[in-house]
Amino acid sequence: MEDTINTYTISIYTENNIGLLNRISAIFQRRHINVESLNTSISEIEGVSRFTIVVNLTEERMKKIIGQIEKQVEVIKAYYHTDEETIYQESCMFKLRSDLLFEEREIQNIIKESNARIVTVNKEFFVLEKSGKRNEIEQLYREFSAYGIMQFVRSGRIAVTKQEMKISQMLVAFN
Amino acid sequence: MNIETVKTTETATENTVRISGSEAIIKCLIAEGVETLYGYPGGAIMPVYDELYKYRDQIHHVLTRHEQGAAHAAQGYARISGKVGVAMATSGPGATNLITGIADAQIDSTPLVCVTGQVASHLLGSDAFQETDIVGISTPVTKWNVQITKAADIPEVMAKAFYIAKSGRPGPVLVDITKDAQFEEFDFSYKKCTSVRSYKASCVPSSVSIQKAADLINSAKKPMIVWGQGVILGKAEAELKAVIEKAGIPSAWTILGASAIPTEHPLNIGMVGMHGNYAPNMLTNECDVLIAIGMRFDDRVTGSLSTYAKQAKVIHFEIDPAEIDKNVKTDVAVLGDSKLSLAGLLPLLNETTHATWHQKFKDLYAIEFEKIIKDDLHPTKEGLTMGEVINQINLQTNGDAAIVSDVGQHQMIACRYAKFNKSKSNITSGGLGTMGFALPAAIGAKMAAPDRDVVAIIGDGGFQMNIQELGTIFQQKVPVKIVVLNNEFLGMVRQWQQLFFDKRYASTEMTNPNFVAIAKGYYIDAKKVTKREELADAVAEMMACEGAYFLEVCVEKEDNVFPMIPTGASVSEIRLS
Ligand SMILES: Cc1ncc(C[n+]2csc(CCOP(=O)(O)OP(=O)(O)O)c2C)c(N)n1
Ligand SMILES: [Mg+2]
Repeated sequence: MEDTINTYTISIYTENNIGLLNRISAIFQRRHINVESLNTSISEIEGVSRFTIVVNLTEERMKKIIGQIEKQVEVIKAYYHTDEETIYQESCMFKLRSDLLFEEREIQNIIKESNARIVTVNKEFFVLEKSGKRNEIEQLYREFSAYGIMQFVRSGRIAVTKQEMKISQMLVAFN
Repeated sequence: MNIETVKTTETATENTVRISGSEAIIKCLIAEGVETLYGYPGGAIMPVYDELYKYRDQIHHVLTRHEQGAAHAAQGYARISGKVGVAMATSGPGATNLITGIADAQIDSTPLVCVTGQVASHLLGSDAFQETDIVGISTPVTKWNVQITKAADIPEVMAKAFYIAKSGRPGPVLVDITKDAQFEEFDFSYKKCTSVRSYKASCVPSSVSIQKAADLINSAKKPMIVWGQGVILGKAEAELKAVIEKAGIPSAWTILGASAIPTEHPLNIGMVGMHGNYAPNMLTNECDVLIAIGMRFDDRVTGSLSTYAKQAKVIHFEIDPAEIDKNVKTDVAVLGDSKLSLAGLLPLLNETTHATWHQKFKDLYAIEFEKIIKDDLHPTKEGLTMGEVINQINLQTNGDAAIVSDVGQHQMIACRYAKFNKSKSNITSGGLGTMGFALPAAIGAKMAAPDRDVVAIIGDGGFQMNIQELGTIFQQKVPVKIVVLNNEFLGMVRQWQQLFFDKRYASTEMTNPNFVAIAKGYYIDAKKVTKREELADAVAEMMACEGAYFLEVCVEKEDNVFPMIPTGASVSEIRLS
């Protein structure tokens, strides 16, 4: 269907450039497209950065956006993928009261079952880290909410694709 | 700067010398073949101006009277010559005054390099005097922009700036240079940029898609071409002409494509779009194959997209991949430089004439002539029309002049009726519709093409938006011909008020000054014409004048421009009255 809205993960390989984040975010802002999440990091290639952006769009719109992104001088290549085509994760952290850890039996179970990791514990609070799919994180959030969460933070999505993205070859071809 | 991301010519243009950043900037400009640049000095760019003074016998800096004038002059220079236009300004207000011209260049794909001064790097972010984040401000309206804080980066960045501005789909580049980088000394050598790894200027058109395009064209019964500025930017005029003639295809142009094929060419069927010609607009919705060449289906061209050429197969020759399927879905896209694509297409085309189909255009032209053109060009009413002024200029320049028009009714009339024999003769602000464009753009155009007659056609409104550039014309002795078509109205807006707002003329009537006196105040020969009998002689006097000349023609106040496609209507709903 032409006008079904899908979740797409955009992977952009770029030169490391200060102004590029501005250029890329302006592409979405101008068109009133909500960015669900955005992450920048290094990539598998030295000196090449990688943006991972999640948006909800029709495929037709998605293609046009990719065109606009690739048009930017410092963008080497941009791809978009559906959830099925990627392996993706988000990461989150919970800061919780330490007494819960010792007094609430259920908390121990939640931690064990969710595969969350205890990062640190002290007298006042302990910190949990959990990586996974959005729904797993949301589930955990709901469970802890009942006990009171001191702080919560979630990262943007990071993703790798099942299929190869032929960036290295492109860069080799340049040299 | 990552050295391996940019390729340069092997040998440096000269041996390494130890110089300041500001001197390096001048040397870069000279190495890129820049002979003339336009600008305005101020604190943060003074070291560069000091070097301009030293190099004044090698590079000519034109002091405009406003930085917007500098940007438009650089555009005019670029548009008529095909070279990169260069503008320079100081930080803060100097830089922000360039923005309108940069935005205009971005949307009309004009190659510019704008150099702005910036406060010293240790002051960045401190709200220092005349500090503005010009890289941030110009980001959405530049093809590329960058700030330099170290002199050593200057040669590579400048080389990259020129390469990016002129290659592929051209556009404006802004280079912001902090004052400390201008003072700093370093070992200078210059190599031109030949490629940037993250940037693909254009691709070689695929022979498969060219073959598909040829097959579609060869099977068409009612083909129609709409070409745009891509033909001019790609220097593909001869290739286009050959294609048109071999395949016998009626061909129309967008406002920025005007003049790529002479007006009088028998297969030139006129302009498309809101105030374009009747036949090409109507028959866009009747052709069976629509061949778009170097144009981007702007909304002023297409009218309502949902009813645009739905019956036709669409072929799009285009250098910018982001334009493919952006507004109109194509059946065949040929990506690449128009010159290469059209050269590849030519041998694959059958020789045809499509005489019956072509006759349809002629029939509709006859209707447009009867209902509109006749009265525009040869009016019988008392008041002067804009059309007869353009017609008079055509007669007296024989269509060899370059016409630089501003924005409004006079622009549409100029584009509709000006006769063009040569390419790069229609210089106007298309995509942005920037009032105030023409006067400074004409300065740049005349300086880049001193052998050509350059006639600026400007409204009484737009003339007052950059009227100060009369000072530049006077000081630099630029022999441009300036024609103001005075209807005492912001005419185009008034026309819309008449048609769509029940004649409520909110803030569109103007009480104008004595324009002739103003021009004479700048020591420019000037004349005002109010009667038809005076027109031919006045135009003759203007064209014969050695220097600059200002001609005001008082035209009918409430004339309208027709045909017209109302906003949101289909091209075939074009109105003749
Ligand atoms: C900088 C700018 N401001 C406003 C407009 C909107 N606008 C388009 S045409 C026009 C009227 C132009 O009047 P004039 O220069 O007298 O030309 P005319 O239409 O009368 O020939 C206006 C205000 C514009 N295009 N550019
Ligand atoms: Mg007017």
